[in-house]
Amino acid sequence: MSLLELDHVDTYYGQIHILQGLSIRIEPGELVCLLGGNASGKSTTLKTILGIVRPRRGAVRVDGEDVTRRPTSYRIARGLAIVPENRRLFAPMTVLENLEMGAYLRGGGAKEDFERVYSLFPLLHERRSQLAGTLSGGEQQMVAMGRALMSRPKLLLMDEPSMGLAPILVEQNFEIIKQVHESGVAMLIVEQNANVSLSIADRGYVLSTGRLVLEGPAASLRENEELRKAYLGR
Amino acid sequence: MSDSTPHGLHEGPAVGQDEWVARHAERTLLRGGPLGTLEQRLRRVPWWAWLILFIAAFSLLPVFEQSGYVRRVSFDTVLYMLLALGLNVVVGWGGLLDLGYVAFYGIGAYAYALLDSDKFGIHLPTLVAVPLIVAIGAIVGLLLGLPSRRLTGDYLAIVTLFFLQLFQTITTNGDSINGHNVTGGPNGILRVDPLHLFGHDLAVQHGGVFAVSYLYVALGVFAIVFVALRYVNESRTGRAWRSLREDPLAAEAMGMPVNWLKLLSFGFGAAVAALTGTLFASLSASVFPLTFYFVLLITVYTMVILGGSGSQAGVVAGALIVGPMLEVLRDASKSRVVFFVALVGGLVLFSRRSRGLGIVALATLAVGFALHAILGAIDSSWIAGEHQGGFAGVVDHWVVAPAHLARWIQPASYIGLIAVVLLVTLVQGRLRLVLLVPTLYLAAFVWENVMLAKPEPARYIVLGLMLIALMILRPNGLLGERRVEII
Repeated sequence: MSLLELDHVDTYYGQIHILQGLSIRIEPGELVCLLGGNASGKSTTLKTILGIVRPRRGAVRVDGEDVTRRPTSYRIARGLAIVPENRRLFAPMTVLENLEMGAYLRGGGAKEDFERVYSLFPLLHERRSQLAGTLSGGEQQMVAMGRALMSRPKLLLMDEPSMGLAPILVEQNFEIIKQVHESGVAMLIVEQNANVSLSIADRGYVLSTGRLVLEGPAASLRENEELRKAYLGR
Repeated sequence: MSDSTPHGLHEGPAVGQDEWVARHAERTLLRGGPLGTLEQRLRRVPWWAWLILFIAAFSLLPVFEQSGYVRRVSFDTVLYMLLALGLNVVVGWGGLLDLGYVAFYGIGAYAYALLDSDKFGIHLPTLVAVPLIVAIGAIVGLLLGLPSRRLTGDYLAIVTLFFLQLFQTITTNGDSINGHNVTGGPNGILRVDPLHLFGHDLAVQHGGVFAVSYLYVALGVFAIVFVALRYVNESRTGRAWRSLREDPLAAEAMGMPVNWLKLLSFGFGAAVAALTGTLFASLSASVFPLTFYFVLLITVYTMVILGGSGSQAGVVAGALIVGPMLEVLRDASKSRVVFFVALVGGLVLFSRRSRGLGIVALATLAVGFALHAILGAIDSSWIAGEHQGGFAGVVDHWVVAPAHLARWIQPASYIGLIAVVLLVTLVQGRLRLVLLVPTLYLAAFVWENVMLAKPEPARYIVLGLMLIALMILRPNGLLGERRVEII
């Protein structure tokens, strides 16, 4: 049974047809990336998965359960979590409080949740009482990631994790992603940066104007002529 | 210090050490000198110590001040503080624009009046009635929030405004609901029971003077509400409110039940307002629809905004300033002092860096005396108007006050003042300083001849001016926290 499944989903913003019959699925423990240029529907896919936008047709299933009509909080409780684009931390709150908010549905997080996050990001332990808004970009990315992990997700959604980070930080960031993935969390990475994401992913999907144009194992996608021309620039 | 310490370890950045944490203390901007030391000491005083100190000081007030008027005003101020605390939950923490807030105050007052008066012959014990009314307030608050599903800005403002109007309509026309007289209509409900605690009726009057017992009950309620709300804000719910205000989308993506959280803040605010309403009704022994209307709504909002919405101490300070000030402004002689102090203070604050300030002040004074003398010499009826109260001696020789105002003078001077003020904001440099002279004089003229003749609107105009000045100088209110932006 797939951990997450989008089944022929059609999502609209008012009159505008964004996602057109999109079907993707993620198995437990997989690392999948969703590629696409601007306005290809990447973020809308994430919003549809989380229930921030509701699809007009099609179904969203988590662990085989149809959650299409369920609110976001229900889906988070079923094991989804997100690291939003641009991180979107709660700036005037401390690192600790940000982490606590990630585990809101679980009563603010148990001791071992904090310990797990701190062992992954030791820096966050030192900075726990610092305001999140005063951290640097790379540190904020850690908080965003830690915050998402606080809810003990089975599937972590990452929206453009490399955005706005220096190249060295992007590499660091993907190291962390790999590490989190190896601890058993399935991941869906939504990226414009096809090169890095394909290098760590198991499988990939390529979106274009709301339609799936390519899918397959990461290795074969990297060899794909069209994709290379469109995204890898080689 | 010692030779064994590797060079530079304590001075510059070091490898393998979290610099931000290590050097955190050095980076905090501290004020020097004895003032700075005092500030740091004061910061270490815990919040509950401030609260106890504040309540102790407040309770000593009636010991030194025997006048029933002052006691009554301080009781009203405590009610304002309670109302401001409640509104702070909705506006400051929940981030919701609730324009129907005072309707919940009214619901509390009316509920108490219906449950404890001769109206229907029901006389519930206070300790039953008050918790019941608080629950009613909270439930009505939640119910009002429910239909406005998304509970966002404009929609909520309109829905709540409608609710306030609905409350007005029902209470005003409630004297014949299916032929039953429920709310007493515009005449309200009279002969409401006083509070009944520990087997005693709390008398409103004691020997013809306002009894202090109500003040103490109100202060006790204030302390309980303050502490309770503080704990709510420190809880997970409080932090969720903060994150919701900061980034609703991210909060939703974390799985927070956004609508429920908003409803909750709404319910808390409504409950506090209803509780305050019971105090009001039991003291006044009567309730009327128009008490709970726009003027009160605007006043409470002013307190919250002025003090700094989001900060409990701030909104209490706001209530402490605005409540008594509205009383002071009722009296022409006292309000003159407030006006001129505010005028001079504002002038000093706005033109801190300008050397022209002294010249402007002197020029304004000179122009005033000269104009007064010239006009007085031409026709003495021009300066025959009466000034009363504080500063009257000085003002008598400075501001022109005709014995009988021609009809056109009032609107003309008023509109003229607005025009000159606008002009002052448009021009720069020396011209602005020159223009300030007639502006200030015209302001004094309008104040003496137009405003003081109508103290009721004048109070609120002064309040509005205070708000404008504060929004320029401290956009987050007196004690409001500055937002940290993610860059």
